[in-house]
This record gives sequence, C-alpha cells and structure tokens, in this order.
Amino acid sequence: MNPFADFHPALILLIGALLVPLFRGNWRSAWVIVLPIAAFLSILAMPSPAEGKQLVSWTLKAFPWLDGEMSFLRIDRLSKAFGYIFTLNAAAAFVFAFYVKKSTQHMAALIYIGSGLGAVFAGDLITLYVFWEIMAVSSTFIILARNTERAKGAAYRYVMIHLFGGLLFLAGLVLTIQSTGSIAFNGFDFLTAQSPGTWLILLGVLVNAAAPPLSAWLSDAYPEASVTGGLILSAYTTKTAVYVLLRGFAGWEPLIWIGCIMAVYGIIYALLENDMRRILAYSIINQVGFMVCAAGIGTHDAISGATAHAFCHIIYKSLLWMSAGAVLYRVGKSKCTELGGLYKTMPWTLVFGTIGALAISAVPLTSGFTSKTIILHAAEHEGLFWPWLVLEVASAGVFLHAGIKFPYFVFFNVDRGLRPKEAPKSMLFAMGFLAFLCIALGVFPQPLYDILPYAVDYNAWTVPHVITQMQLLMLSALVFFLFLKMLKRTPTISLDTDWLYRKGGPLFERAVDRSLNGFNVIAGKFFVGGIADGARRFFNDGPSRILATIMVPWWRITGTSGDELMEKTQDLYKQGRRGAFRIGVTACLAVLLLALLMLFSAKVRME
Amino acid sequence: MTSDTTKDEKKEFDWFDRPKSRRFLWKLLWGACIVTVLLEIPLILAHKRHSHFEKHGEAAIHGDAEHAADAVNATAHHVPTFDGWWFFYPLLGFVGCALMILAAKGLGFVLKKTEDYYGDDEETTLPEDIDESLR
Repeated sequence: MNPFADFHPALILLIGALLVPLFRGNWRSAWVIVLPIAAFLSILAMPSPAEGKQLVSWTLKAFPWLDGEMSFLRIDRLSKAFGYIFTLNAAAAFVFAFYVKKSTQHMAALIYIGSGLGAVFAGDLITLYVFWEIMAVSSTFIILARNTERAKGAAYRYVMIHLFGGLLFLAGLVLTIQSTGSIAFNGFDFLTAQSPGTWLILLGVLVNAAAPPLSAWLSDAYPEASVTGGLILSAYTTKTAVYVLLRGFAGWEPLIWIGCIMAVYGIIYALLENDMRRILAYSIINQVGFMVCAAGIGTHDAISGATAHAFCHIIYKSLLWMSAGAVLYRVGKSKCTELGGLYKTMPWTLVFGTIGALAISAVPLTSGFTSKTIILHAAEHEGLFWPWLVLEVASAGVFLHAGIKFPYFVFFNVDRGLRPKEAPKSMLFAMGFLAFLCIALGVFPQPLYDILPYAVDYNAWTVPHVITQMQLLMLSALVFFLFLKMLKRTPTISLDTDWLYRKGGPLFERAVDRSLNGFNVIAGKFFVGGIADGARRFFNDGPSRILATIMVPWWRITGTSGDELMEKTQDLYKQGRRGAFRIGVTACLAVLLLALLMLFSAKVRME
Repeated sequence: MTSDTTKDEKKEFDWFDRPKSRRFLWKLLWGACIVTVLLEIPLILAHKRHSHFEKHGEAAIHGDAEHAADAVNATAHHVPTFDGWWFFYPLLGFVGCALMILAAKGLGFVLKKTEDYYGDDEETTLPEDIDESLR
C-alpha cells in the first residue's frame, strides 16, 4: 500500500512554513529547499488516474444543505501536472534564494506556494476560494519583504486589486452555488452554464490571470518585490488562474480574444519599458495570453498545450527572473539605461539567462518550441485563422522583447563601467538546473507530453515547422537590430491602467475635495454664518432691543440726548449680551413676560 | 600593483565591444536570415509548404467527408489560407515586428512619463536583498 497515495502535498509546505523560525542560518536555507522536494516526491507517489478520471479524498461534508462535499485533494492528470511544476520550480527558487536568511520571506513564500498547491488540488469551489485568498495575502508579504517605500506602495495597491478580484470571485461563487445548489468545481459549459455567477467567477479569475485592463497590478508589484520574491511570484498567481480557466472555463470563446489581446499588449508594453524586471513582468502577461487563448479554444489539444506551456513557461520565466535577480543582486540596479556590458564579468548569468530568453521565444531545441506550438497547432486544427495569426505575430514579438531586448540591454549594449562579480554559486546552480530543463524539454519533450491531461499526438520536430519557425524568429531579430535606434532606452516609465487608481484616485479625491468641500464652505457661510449668526444676534440682543425701544424715547423725554443717549443705549446692549441686567430691569422683564403668558393662557382658556 | 591592474584590463574579455566583432555579428545575422529564407525553396520543391488551414478552406470544394463538419464551419467563416503562401513566415516576422515597434514608439509619445511621475522615483535607502558589498 502506498503511504503517500493519500497525502496532501500542500500540507508539507504549509506546516513546513511554520517550522522555518526553528532553523538558523544555512540550516534554514536547506530546510526550505527540502520542503518542495518532499512535496514533489509526494505528488510523484500519488496514484495516476486515467485520462478524464479523478480521485477525490480529504472530503468534508461541511454544508449538508448543499450538493457535493468540500474536498481538499482531487487528483487527476491536470492537477498533478500543475503540482509537479509548482513544486519543482519552488525547489529551484529556494536554491537560488540560499542567501536569504530572513524567515518572514521564506514563510510567506512557502505559504504562498503551499496555498497555490491547495488551490490546484482543491476539488470544490469553496476550498478553491479559501486557498485563492490565502495566496493573495501571503504574496503581499513577499512584496513587502523588500522593505522599501516603493515596495510598500506597490504591495498596498497589489492587495487592494486582489481583494477586489477575490470579492468578484466570492460574489460569483455565492450566486453560482445559489442557482445550482452545488459547490462542485468542474467545467462550466459555455452554452448552458452562463450566468451572472459564472461570469463573476471568470472576472475574478481574469484579475489574477492579469488580463487587461485588470493587469496593471502585475507589472506594478512584481518588479518591486525582492530579488527572489519576484521570481517566486512570477510562477504561481497567474498560473493558478490559468489552471482554473483550463478546468472551469475551457471552451469559453471570449477567452480566445482576451488571450490574443494579452499576448500583444504584453509585447507593446515590454518594448516601452526600461526596467528589466518590468520587461519580464509584461512578458508574463504576453505568455499567459497564449494559455488563456488555449483555454478559450478548449479542445483536448488546446488544454494539453496550455498545460505544457504553463509547465515550460514557469521554468524559463523563473530562469529569466533569476538572471535578472542575479544582476540586481550584484549591481543593485535594474534599469536598462543604467545597465550594460555585464557579459564581461557575469558570463554564466548571461549564458543561463540567454537560454531562458531563447526558450521563451520558442527557438528550436528549447522547451518553448515543443510546448507553445501545441497551442498554435490546436488553433490550426479548429480553423481559428485570425487568433492563430495574432499568436504567431506575438511569438515573433516575444523574441523581440524578451528574447533579444532583455539580454541585449542588460549584458551588451553600452559598457557602463560596471564590473560586478559573477552570481553566487547557489544562484548559478539553480539557473543551471532550469537551463538544463529548458533544453532537455526542447530536445526530448515526451516525458512532459506523458503527464499532460490528454494524450498529445503532436510532433513539433518536422522539417517545415523548424524552418518556418527559424524564418519567423531570424527576421524578428533582424528587425530588432535594424530598428535599434527606435528602441533606444529612455529613463521613463509607461502609463498603464494603474494610472486610473494611482493618478485617478488622487484626482478623484481632489475633485471630490473641491466640489463637496466647496459646497460645504458655501453651505457653512449661508447656514452658520448667515442664518444661525443672524438668529444668534437676534436672540442675544432681543431683550436689549425691546428695552431700547421702550427706554430710548423715555430717555429722550427725560432730556437725555447726544453722546449720553448713545452711551446709555450701548450700555444696555452690553448688559444684554452679558446677561447682566440690573435686578430691577430683569425683574421688570420677567413680570412683563409672565403677564404676557397669563394673558395668552387666559385667552386660550376662554376659547 | 599598477602593472597588475593593466594586465587584468588587457585580459578582460571584450570581444563583443570590438568594432570588428560587431561587423562580423551583423554579417552573421544577415547570413542567417538569408539562409533560413532560402531554405524555403527546397521545401517548396518537395511540396512540403502548404497552409495549415487548407483542410478547412478546401474541404468544402473537394467534398472531403472527413472534414465535412469543418467544411461547413469553414464556408461559414471563410477561413483564409494565406499562411501557405511562399515566404509567408519571414514576411510575417518582419512586418509584424516592425509594426509592433512602430506601434510601441507611437504609444510611447502618449504613455511614456518621467520616472517621478507618480512621485516615488528614487529610493533613498538600498533594499536589504542585494549584495552586501553594495550596501
């Protein structure tokens, strides 16, 4: 009997995270490497259900009035494939992060990755939602771990957007459960399951998948994370969203075009960017676009292609973030306008980074060539010419911005006199491992094809395909160098949709401040300054006024006049304001008032 | 000591900075482009160059039973097949990339702002996660 058959891999990371503070120094770094390896092995030891079958365990009948049970561990080919890559990448990332000794960052990263696994293995909507939100919160701490003012600002915006996305998800979940009476999470059918609930869930997922215009959080926050934080973040949030799309929203046609827009949008912004980590952040959006498009196509080939692409993408994207991270670690700069000529002293970082850059560009002999092309093949098979064309152009564009621009501006371009040391050994080891995987999966993709959700009958290695792919890429490279003057980096940032809340927020505040507070001032002048003050004056001076109307003629008659009369009158007002009339006067007024009251009451009684 | 440092500078690998190497790399790039483009000719001669969408486009004409359903789709959507044109991919790579660069350049006039646009341009302190020698 297999003791791991029923073991939940997320638990290894989540419990392991709590034990991190018990270790010190290198032992702590080693502990966080052991955990994802153990989780990887436990996934390896899980049973392998046949295509289309699933095994559900760790169930809980938490909501007896609803259909279905909460299930924490659903094993099928799709969840296992994502489980493998999540843990494998985590192991490499923690090897890279060997120099990080702060326990908070390690704990946040482990909880983040663990909840990512929890989401992927979740068998129902409620479990999925719980892990979804834990991911959002824990990833915020990874951004905060850099401990700079910019990181704090970015983390705040990041968590606000993700809480917004989470609320959309929650609202959709409640509506969906309300209408179907079931918490089951299987594929929603595009033709029959469309409802406000499922659309809201889809919107919530698209926030995490970084689909424009809900994408600016990614390029805003990831580049502000720490050196290792950025590479850990690059793998999980968007890919968990891709997983949910593949399982829940396969065949939802709007996703085809959303994916195409993402693919092109990522390229245009990556071309505009100056910060190397921001270039890589935009290229995540570009790559996830391919996967979202595949989810929209929704055929078996497309689902398998997207899974394969997510698998390979996580590897080469981590590799790219590692090489950028190594540069940032050694140089302390991340802008293309401040970098250049690093090939002289960081050759290994260059070589590994370039392998990642070639893999993301789907150059033959790399993993991108054997994975991304399955998606294109699926589009061809469905006769989706225009989406296919957009994705082909986007493939060429990837080579522009990530394949050439990133290594060129960081390692070549102008020598700026930077002579940093080569990256530390742990970083080189992690990069070497991922670079090896990039090439191995490109040359011999069968082991990857074997774990995909559906059997893939596809061979990327045909002569026409290799030649046409090389034509596409070489001509893109030529365009890059011919247009190099137009691509010259400038020390600028590019406005994205985060403008709406970064500038629009303060603008809105100012507008509201001006309009509402302006109204407040006018209203204040009218009511407080005008009416109330008038009333106050009237009631303050009322008694004196009555007295004055009686007394002034009397004084005149008695012969007082001129200054003396003025003085007497003013004296009367002064006494009124102080409430300090002479006893006789007060008594007089009181008698007068009483007389008036009695007169009125007598009149009322008579009636 | 001074002689040591000059020796180090001489030893430094700077092949990519030399004008000669740059000229060589340019030639290499042009050469690679020409070779990959010319490689299409044997493909065409071997009849290996055809559209990936022709079964959708032509099944209707040939009455191909296997793709009958696709054909109905294809006639409804008019699936183009010009990816089968000769030299389609190099053209797509060149034109597509040039257009994207021009689009980015154009958008740059509107979207590019100075780094202090959001009022958080520079960090006063270096973050903790970089090499100790820099701090």
